[in-house]
Amino acid sequence: MADDIATAPVIDLDAAFQDSGVGPILEQLETELVGLRPVKRRIREIAALLLIDKLRKDVGLTSQPPTLHMSFTGNPGTGKTTVAARMADILHRLGYIRSNHLVSVTRDDLVGQYIGHTAPKTKEILKKAMGGVLFIDEAYYLYRAENERDYGQEAIEIMLQVMESRRNDLVVIMAGYADRMNQFFTSNPGFRSRIAHHIDFPDYSADELLQIAELMLKEQNYRFSPSARDAFSKYMAARMSLPHFSNARSVRNALDRARLRQAVRLFETRGHAITRDDLMTLEADEVLASRVFAAAEEAAQEN
Amino acid sequence: MRITQGTFSFLPDLTDEQIGTQIAYAQKNGWAVNIEYTDDPHPRNTYWELWGQPMFDFKDPAAVLYELAECRKVFKGRAYIRISAFDNTWGWESVRYSFIVDRPEEEPGFALERLEVDGRSQRYSTRAYSTDKPAGSRY
Ligand SMILES: Nc1ncnc2c1ncn2[C@@H]1O[C@H](COP(=O)(O)OP(=O)(O)OP(=O)(O)O)[C@@H](O)[C@H]1O
Ligand SMILES: [Mg+2]
Repeated sequence: MADDIATAPVIDLDAAFQDSGVGPILEQLETELVGLRPVKRRIREIAALLLIDKLRKDVGLTSQPPTLHMSFTGNPGTGKTTVAARMADILHRLGYIRSNHLVSVTRDDLVGQYIGHTAPKTKEILKKAMGGVLFIDEAYYLYRAENERDYGQEAIEIMLQVMESRRNDLVVIMAGYADRMNQFFTSNPGFRSRIAHHIDFPDYSADELLQIAELMLKEQNYRFSPSARDAFSKYMAARMSLPHFSNARSVRNALDRARLRQAVRLFETRGHAITRDDLMTLEADEVLASRVFAAAEEAAQEN
Repeated sequence: MRITQGTFSFLPDLTDEQIGTQIAYAQKNGWAVNIEYTDDPHPRNTYWELWGQPMFDFKDPAAVLYELAECRKVFKGRAYIRISAFDNTWGWESVRYSFIVDRPEEEPGFALERLEVDGRSQRYSTRAYSTDKPAGSRY
C-alpha cells in the first residue's frame, strides 16, 4: 500500500478546476449578483465538494454521490429564483446533473383537481425534470394542515419517494419565505431530512439595493444622473420602511416607473434636440415624483 | 422460440444502460420515445399497445427508464415490450428505430398454416400460438 501512495501520480487540483469550466460561472455569479455572501459561500462549498468528488472517482475512490437537494429561504425578491436558475448551470458544469435544464413549478403543476389526478401529474413533472433541476416555488402550499384529505399530501409522498430513490436523476430545490418553510418542514420532517443544503437568503442593505439598481440600469443601457442617484438612495430608505417591500423586485419596479417618467419628460420637451445621453439618463425628478416619499412621511407621523 | 425483430435484432438483448444510451440518442434528436407491449409478436402485427403516452418532452433517459420499470412491473415475463422512437420532422414522419427490451418467459412461437387453393396449390401463413388463448386471458 505504501508503494501505491509513493508511485501514485500527483493530482493537479488547479488543472481540474480549470477543466471543469466552473470558474467563469462562479465569477459571473460574483459580478452579476450583488451581496448574498452566505449564498455565494455555500455555492463555492458545493462546487468544491463536487470537484473533489470527481477527482476521487478518477483515482478509484468510490463513494455515493452526495445528495444535493436544497431549500432556499428568504424574503420576497432576495434572488431565490435567480440563483436556482444558475444552480442548474453550475451543477451541470460540475457533472452532477446530466443536462442543463430547470423545471420550475408551483402547487398547481403538481397537485390535481380530483381523485387519481395528482399522482400522474406529479410523476409527469418529475420525469420532465429528470436529468436536471426541479424548482418548487412556495413549496409550503403543497401542504394544507387544515385539510387532511388534501391532494397535496399525495404529491408530497411521491416527491419524498423520488427524492430518495432517484437521487442521481434529479436535484430538487424548494423555495419560500423562511417562517412558512420552517412550518412546512416541521409538518413534513421527511423533506427536512432529505434536503442537504438549507440556504438562507438575507435581506439586502440599502447600499446593496443601490448597487442592484445601478446594475439593472446598466444591463438596460440606462444610468442615473448624480442627483438622481442621491434621490434613489433616499427613495430606497423610504421604500424599505413601507409594507410590501420586496428587496430587489421593489428596485426593479421603481426603475420601471422612473423609466416611464423619463419617457414622458423627453416626450414633452420635444422640439429640442435630444442626445443619446438624454435617452440614457434618469434625472432626480423621475425618482422624486414617486408616491413613496409622501407615504413614508405619513407613516412616520402616524407612529 | 426466441424471437428477434427490429433494430439490433442481431445482437443479444440490450442491458438497461445500453437501452438508456439509445433513448438519450433519440432525445438528442428530438424523437418521441414510446414504450409498447403485446403478446402477439407476429412481424405483421403493427398494432402493439402503447404504454402511457408518447414521451416527446423528457430531457433525460431516466424518465423513460422510469416508465419502462413501471411497464415491467405489470408485463414482465408475460409480454413483449419494445421501445420505439418516432421522428415527426416533415418528410420522415415515421419510426426511426424500434427494439425489443423484454420478452415473455415462454415464447410459444408460430404455427405454420397450410391453405389448399385452386386444386393442388398451397398457400403458407404463420400464426402466433399466443393468439390461441381465449380472449379473456390474453390481455
Ligand atoms: N443580488 C442580486 N443582484 C442583482 N439582481 C438581483 C439580485 N437579487 C435579485 N435580483 C433581481 O431581483 C428580481 C427578483 O429576484 P427573484 O425573482 O430571484 O426573487 P425571489 O427571491 O425569487 O422572490 P419571490 O420570493 O418573491 O419569488 C429579479 O429580477 C432579479 O434579477
Ligand atoms: Mg421567486
